[in-house]
Amino acid sequence: MTATTPAAVIDIIEPPKPIGQQIVEFCRRNTTVVFGSILLLSMVIIAIFAPFFAPGDPLALAPARRLRPPSETYWFGTDMFGRDVFTRTIYGTRISLIVGISVSFLSTLIGLVIGMLSGYVRMVDAIVMRIMDGLMAIPGILLAIAMMALTKASVENVVIAITIPEIPRVVRLVRGVVLQIREQPYIEAAQSIGTRFHRILIKHILPNIMAPLIVQATYICAAAVLIEAGLSFLGAGTPPNIPSWGNIMAEGRTFFQIAFWIILFPGLFLSVTVLAINLLGDGLRDALDPRLARRM
Amino acid sequence: MVQATQTMTRPDPGSGGAERVLEIENLKTHFFTRDGVVRAVDGVSYHVLKGETLGVVGESGCGKSVSALSVLRLIAKPGRIVQGSIKMSGRNLLDLSDREMRSIRGNDISMIFQEPMTSLNPVLTLGRQIAETIMLHQGLSKKDAWDKSVEMLKLVRIPEAERRVTEYPFQMSGGMRQRVMIAMALSCNPKVLLADEPTTALDVTIQAQILHLMLELKEKLGTAIVLITHDLGVVAETCQRIVVMYAGKKVEEATADELFERPLHPYTVGLMKSVPRLDRAAVEEQARLMEIPGMVPSLKNMPPGCAFAPRCVFATERCRIEEPGFEMKAGGHFAACFNSDKVAETYHG
Amino acid sequence: MYAYLIRRILATIPVMAVVAVFVFSLLFLSPGDPAAIIAGDLATADDIARIRERLGLNEPFLVQFGKWVFNLMRGDLGVSIFSNLPVSKLMLQRLEPTLMLTSTTLVIAICAAVPMGVIAAWKAGTFIDRGVMLFAVLGFSFPSFVLGYLLIYTFSIKLEVLPVQGYTSISKGFGPFLNNIILPSLTLGMVQAALVARMTRTSVLEVLAEDYIRTAHAKGLATHKVLIGHALKNAAVPIVTIIGVSFALLIGGAIITESVFAIPGLGRLTVDAILRRDYPIIQGVILVFSGAYVLVNLAVDIIYTFLDPRIRF
Repeated sequence: MTATTPAAVIDIIEPPKPIGQQIVEFCRRNTTVVFGSILLLSMVIIAIFAPFFAPGDPLALAPARRLRPPSETYWFGTDMFGRDVFTRTIYGTRISLIVGISVSFLSTLIGLVIGMLSGYVRMVDAIVMRIMDGLMAIPGILLAIAMMALTKASVENVVIAITIPEIPRVVRLVRGVVLQIREQPYIEAAQSIGTRFHRILIKHILPNIMAPLIVQATYICAAAVLIEAGLSFLGAGTPPNIPSWGNIMAEGRTFFQIAFWIILFPGLFLSVTVLAINLLGDGLRDALDPRLARRM
Repeated sequence: MVQATQTMTRPDPGSGGAERVLEIENLKTHFFTRDGVVRAVDGVSYHVLKGETLGVVGESGCGKSVSALSVLRLIAKPGRIVQGSIKMSGRNLLDLSDREMRSIRGNDISMIFQEPMTSLNPVLTLGRQIAETIMLHQGLSKKDAWDKSVEMLKLVRIPEAERRVTEYPFQMSGGMRQRVMIAMALSCNPKVLLADEPTTALDVTIQAQILHLMLELKEKLGTAIVLITHDLGVVAETCQRIVVMYAGKKVEEATADELFERPLHPYTVGLMKSVPRLDRAAVEEQARLMEIPGMVPSLKNMPPGCAFAPRCVFATERCRIEEPGFEMKAGGHFAACFNSDKVAETYHG
Repeated sequence: MYAYLIRRILATIPVMAVVAVFVFSLLFLSPGDPAAIIAGDLATADDIARIRERLGLNEPFLVQFGKWVFNLMRGDLGVSIFSNLPVSKLMLQRLEPTLMLTSTTLVIAICAAVPMGVIAAWKAGTFIDRGVMLFAVLGFSFPSFVLGYLLIYTFSIKLEVLPVQGYTSISKGFGPFLNNIILPSLTLGMVQAALVARMTRTSVLEVLAEDYIRTAHAKGLATHKVLIGHALKNAAVPIVTIIGVSFALLIGGAIITESVFAIPGLGRLTVDAILRRDYPIIQGVILVFSGAYVLVNLAVDIIYTFLDPRIRF
């Protein structure tokens, strides 16, 4: 049915609450942020303290105990070379998080600079946006595949190959916000009293971009973790000797009918990590800027 | 229903006992928000006589629109009609099934809204939007409904109706769109037309045109109109009877002549004095444009006693403790005020 | 309207030009000697020289680019390094499975997601709504290769109701085709369905707060008529937009899904090309897929005109 709420309900403005209470209230209203953060935090802890959680060597071969199903000794079973899937999965967390965080940081930073320039300088805008439109037309994973096909497999190259297709998204977002803000009367006022260009960007425009940018960075992080795993799975990602989730799963493919665990456990870790980041992103979006919901 | 109000047993002011087409009794519509219950409409009763124009007046937020939407049962969550009855031809609309209620909407009772710019669907042609109602309620074929739509557009004096009917809302001005809304609302010959601030969003010159059009069609089709507005000027020109609402309650009810001659509630007086007037020379009477001091109280925590007391110059100790009943003060003139005699005196003195 | 259409069609030209330039110059921008990388670790100097010759890396950039574009215009996408066959021929052989997979997926995803989104918006705040939102967030968190193997494990290995992998052409009968395509389509469609369901919900929810929806209710229309006839049509533009945009995800997902389900389509061709570093094939696949993406989004622009009269005039 239609929404009809009486218009003239006048509330008395309440005095600000103490910080502690505010945090508690924020958490209660944004359960997804809390849930996502806790999940993600546990992943980060697992990644940092991987040797502590999984004392073994992720690369240690043991042909005698190949393809063992999950048991008390081998929680996640062993792979075709007898390596412990649990240990490898735990170490895989590192690669995924490193790639995810690096990509979201790099693409946001580069996108921010290009987007601000593009939004502010008409001449640059026309050219940059044509290039961005073109880049956006290439499916991200394909572009990454092409770049990986031409370079040596390494984590750095994977990060670069995933970062480049993500940049246009950030540029578009930032440019949109800049274009919107520069029409605001207070920017015109600042210009009319002779405020310098870079000061306007830093003092007025940057703070307005932060909220949507943080949300976007979170989503890029989730996408990067997924794409890295996908690339590795297809054989175009991190070098095969590094235990990334995608690599573990790629190796398990041939045996998945008899040793399903090789694919299952890294797959679940991957899904949970991506879920955690997405939940965090959704929660942040709702908390920081509900209008963003449309643009996503 | 329980509080079978006095209005039922008394002769209707200035109507000689004409048929009541709509009767709202003790209606309570509350909104259960996260921060508490908002009593938007809190025990309101009024009725509409066949073919009359009833004015429902009050500031925004006094519950006048919510009461109209309650009649159509279009109150969305968290709102709910918690008590009362809304009767039409002996049936209580609140007891009807959803299906039965839908056959009333747009058919027996229709409604037009304040915002003509946004009240029409932007992606459908005008013809489709009008014909839809006609097909729904009158069972006409698509072709006949379309022809009737053209006819309705002609009735509301839209030039080149045959062409306009295939156009979209964005191709028309606000006044034109409100005409379309009226055409749509009247297309099934409703008994009652609820008009919620129909002219507020329009240019002043257009306002008069739309009002006259509504009145003219009312005569032609015999539809009763409930004109909901904050503008006493509009009401004075058009209505036979007037209900004044404040903070979810009815505070005064009388014929238009009576009300403007002898207002009995201080809030009504306040409304009248806050309307700029050109006819009476301001200098001569030294009547300044007045505003009512204070604000509408929060409907969540109403003060005890009379809701208007905090803003009222006549308020006594009693007003702050006891809520005045809605009583007949003179033949067909009702008000909810302990000091209505004083109010009347002051207004004339 | 024609002006709008011509403008949209012309706008695709610079986009495709940028794609072409980018794909071509990657060979030159990449660090190190692409010929050496393509040739692999075991290659001799002769091998590398031959590949360099083949890719035309010895000629000046502009000359190469000119030749390449000229050939492209004639439908010549180059020659595979590995098999020596024309890329266009190789791609044509693999086109059908990919086309069938993506179109089946698109149909399934849209048919499932739009009603879900509409119902979620209508029942906003209820557990039905939460359920749809949960599906949406899980949908884009579960990568297609994880989901694919889970489905294979459940339906093919444990329940044994569907074939494990492979593809059957629709020309060999609709039943076998469907048997093989259903799991890959579900796998691939999940992300898209999640995105579309979410966008539908957001968009419809926004429209439901509009005044004209209240008008529609006040006319006495039944809820489903208000939702479909009035709300969905107004909410359609962002929904169609997200379908167009998410086509990129569909293509990316198709490569992985084909790999999981052993479907001999363009995705498999790409994966094989990766393993053999057969760059001309990768180039060809990117060009064709990007072209498809641009065309789909052009179609979206055209669909807008049917959905919103304000664009038409």
